[in-house]
Parts: sequence; C-alpha cells; structure tokens
Amino acid sequence: MSTIADIQNEIVAEFEILGEDRESTIFYIMELGETLEPYPESFRKEEYTIQGCQSKVWLVAEEQGGKVIYKADSNTDITKGLISLLIRVLNHRSPKEILNADLDFIPRIGMGNILGSQRSNGLVAMINQMKRYALAFQNKQNA
Amino acid sequence: MFIQVNSIRRLFPILHQEVNGNPLIYFDNAATTQKPQAVLDTLTYYYEKDNSNIHRGAHTLADRATRQFEETRESIRSFIGARESAEIIFTRGTTESINLVAKTYGAKYLQKGDEILISTLEHHSNIVPWQMLCDQSGAILKIIPISDTGELVWEEFERLLNPKTKLVSIVHASNALGTINPVKKIIEAAHAVGAKVLLDGAQSTSHLDVDVQALDCDFLVFSAHKLYGPTGLGVLYGKRELLEAMPPFLGGGEMIREVTFEKTTYNTIPFKFEAGTPSIAEVIAFKPALDFITSTGKANIHRHENDLLQYAVELLHDVKGVIPVGTAAEKIAVFSFNIQSMHPFDVGQLLDAKGIAVRTGHHCTQPLMQRLGLEGTVRASFAVYNTRAEVEVFAQAVAKIASLKNK
Ligand SMILES: Cc1ncc(COP(=O)(O)O)c(C=O)c1O
Repeated sequence: MSTIADIQNEIVAEFEILGEDRESTIFYIMELGETLEPYPESFRKEEYTIQGCQSKVWLVAEEQGGKVIYKADSNTDITKGLISLLIRVLNHRSPKEILNADLDFIPRIGMGNILGSQRSNGLVAMINQMKRYALAFQNKQNA
Repeated sequence: MFIQVNSIRRLFPILHQEVNGNPLIYFDNAATTQKPQAVLDTLTYYYEKDNSNIHRGAHTLADRATRQFEETRESIRSFIGARESAEIIFTRGTTESINLVAKTYGAKYLQKGDEILISTLEHHSNIVPWQMLCDQSGAILKIIPISDTGELVWEEFERLLNPKTKLVSIVHASNALGTINPVKKIIEAAHAVGAKVLLDGAQSTSHLDVDVQALDCDFLVFSAHKLYGPTGLGVLYGKRELLEAMPPFLGGGEMIREVTFEKTTYNTIPFKFEAGTPSIAEVIAFKPALDFITSTGKANIHRHENDLLQYAVELLHDVKGVIPVGTAAEKIAVFSFNIQSMHPFDVGQLLDAKGIAVRTGHHCTQPLMQRLGLEGTVRASFAVYNTRAEVEVFAQAVAKIASLKNK
C-alpha cells in the first residue's frame, strides 16, 4: 500500500498538470468532490459539524482493524473537493500515522493561494478535527 | 451617456490592475467603494504637511488641521441638506452611529413596553443595538415584514405603528437586495404617531439624493467608506433639539466644557459626542470624496448605475439556473442572485478566479436570508466607475458557472 507521502506526491503531480489556471484548478477540485462517498444521513447532526465561515462540514470517523475510516460532507462543492483530498490521504491509516502526518501537499499545490483565507482556515479546522479523531482512537487502543 | 466612465476610471488607481491573471472587475461596492486619487493625495498631504491635533493647539498646524476638519463637517451638512453643521457628528461608522443613538437617546427615552420598529431588510448593525437596548430597557422590538420581491408590506407597517412606537429605525436602501424603501412616507406615518425615525443611509447616500430636511428624518447614519471616502469614519446626523437633549456617549477629552472632581459639564453639540482624538486625516480626506460625488452628480451616478443593473438583469434573464433575489420595483444597483444547485461561496470563488470581486453569503442580514429561505446569495453591486463591458464579462462568467450544474 502506498504511504501518505506517496499519495501526497500523486496529488501534487495531478495539480501540476493543471498548471497556473485558477479556474480549471477550482473546477478540478469541484469534480473531486463528486467522488466523495455518500455521507451517512444519521450523522448529519450539529455535533458532527465543523463550522467554517460560509461552508459547513460534517465529519465522522470510525475505527476498523486498527485503521481510521473517515466520512465527510459539505454544503459547498469546493469544500467537498478538499475533503475528498484529505480523505484520500488519511483514510485507512493507523491513528499513529495520521497523527504524525505532515500534510505538505497543501502548501506544495499552493492551496492557500487558491482558496483564500476563509477556506484555508476551514481546511485547517478540518485537519485538526481529523487528527482529534485519530488521537481519540489511539488513546482507546493504548488504554 | 452623462457619465464619462473612462475619465472617471482614471481617477481610481486601484482599478487598473490584474487579479488572478484577469483585469480586476470590482463589483463589491456595497461592501466598500474604492477611493479616488484626490482622497489618497489628501491623506498623504495631511500627514506630510498638516498633521496635528485639532481644537486645542495654539499653533499654525493645529489651526490648519482644525479648519480642514471643520470644512468637511460643513461639506457633509451641505451634502445631506442639514440645517447646521453642529448637527453633524463624526463617528467610526454606521454601526457606531446606531449604537450611539441606542445607548444615549434609547437609554434616556425608551421604557418598558415602548416599541421599536425595524424591518426584515435590516443589516445586523440596525438589529443588534436595538436588541441590546430592549434587553436593558424592557422595550419591545417589532419587525415590519417583506414580500417575496423584497419590499416592505405597507399595510403591516401601518398595522404595527401605534402610540407605543417610540422609534422607527429603518434602512433606506437594502444592502443585500437593493430595495429602496419609501422612506418619506414611512417618516410621515411614524411622526403621525409621535415616533422618531432613524434612517440607515449606509447604502443610499452614495446613490440617491438624501436631504434630511426634505425627508424630515430625525437621525441619519452612514459610513464614509461607502461614499468613496476613507474607512473608520461615519456620520450621525441628528436634529439639534434631539442631540441637545441626549446624554453624552463616551466620556473623555474634547466632549467636556469643564471638569472638576466634583462635577463635569459637557461641551455643546457636536463636540459633546466626539470624545477623544477623532480620525482627523480620514475626516479631512472625506471632503474630496464628497466633492467627487457632487461634481459627478447624484442623478448622473444613479442613472449610470441603474443602467448597469438593468443590463445585468437583461443579460442574465434567460440564463438557465440563475435565480435573481430581490426584484423590488425601486432598487439601487445591487444584483443579488443564486445559481441553482450551487453554494454562493463556490460561485464567488469561481468569479474571483476570473478577477471578478463580488460578495457572497448572508451580507450581515441573516434574518432576511431566513425570511427568504436562503443560506445566502451572490451579490454584485455597481458603482459609478463600473462599465457595461465589465457587466458583459461578469454575465458570461456567471452563465458559464451556471451551466456546470444546469445543463
Ligand atoms: C445597510 C447597512 N447598514 C449598516 C452597515 C454597517 O456599516 P459599517 O460597517 O460601515 O458600520 C452596512 C455596511 O455593510 C450596510 O450596508
């Protein structure tokens, strides 16, 4: 199985093909959002939301055989695309791998610049929440 | 064409740049307008040549600064047709002006059971100060409803007005939808039951003639930054007898006549409400902004902007998936819309990729969005320096985005 670093390199290569054009980059991110697995409706509740300024995100995680599985959704297509990238990198990893992950694909593809500060803050909030789930599972494994 | 838009554009240096590889199209004028060179030059000149504190120093620079500061007050008086310049109070903005009235006039005159009337169209800054006042005083906030087109329901307004109504605080032109309210009629009706009227002119003052004596409003509030002027500066107009009767707002320097530890007496208006050192440079640099509007002519500005609005409506009228929001008969140049199956935030980001600046979201009018059943809208708002060519580029970009989800 490819490592977190491998997948990040893949993503960076894909974005390099898109080049500098911001519109096509955003269109691509929106398309990625369409590949997101359906979100379980029973978890579409306030306690699973991460409140950004304009976009809303729902995120849950479960543990299966020592690996973390995330499911997430958003009310905006661009944010869905971002979630799908994070899930692609972090799904089916151990809590330890997730906690140690350096998500350098985000600066490498210039995401902050593409997204602007509002969405970038939202992205940070999403990553933090994903790591919080990982930490909770790790604590449970160690208990 | 009464507006020479190309010569106007030359006055605004910020417009001449590329954003994300495209020429900037600035359609976020309801949030804040850009500043003409004369405003920028005045700011610089002030700090280079005249900077000093006002109304106190017995020296030449202080004298120059004070004189220019008071000249702006006089310009504003003339701009809104006030009786005297003492009725013009400088604040930090519309928001502070409304809070000032709520904290002084409101605290003194509103009692338990009294009613304050606002509308569904209000900006949060014309909602929250009244909610705070109601919490403290026991007064009751009543809301004039709107129709689906975004216009006040007049019969409901008349029904809500009653002798307990002490204050009607209403937006002149809606920032989210553009609706122009029939404020002359509203003021007459409110006065007939003995209520005072505060007009939120944040959006109207840059586009429409607003004459406080002709309207007979009791208070008018607005922000310099939406009138091609600097940020951090607002105006509160109030009728003399009201301002004199109101207690001071902030305490400190400038607002006093004499201070002893036993008793302090207050300065006369307008200074009673201007504690501390004000935004002197911004006040002085607001005058060339007003001069720009006056010399261009409000009627010309309104005609030009309205032409852009009608053009945008026309170009996007038949585009599948584009849903205009707010279709009042009388509007300032605000084009609010949504795209079917898309979030306004995504639409805004895609327009930004094309160098087009719009605002997305609830526009600080959450109760209005709740009434309309929307999470938010995309808002393009036009100013005097915008062009038909820009509207065309915008309409093409919107149509392309709409086609993504509306085949
Ligand atoms: C109608 C209206 N009222 C009040 C305000 C608040 O103005 P400021 O933020 O300058 O105090 C705005 C600004 O967005 C507005 O459009």
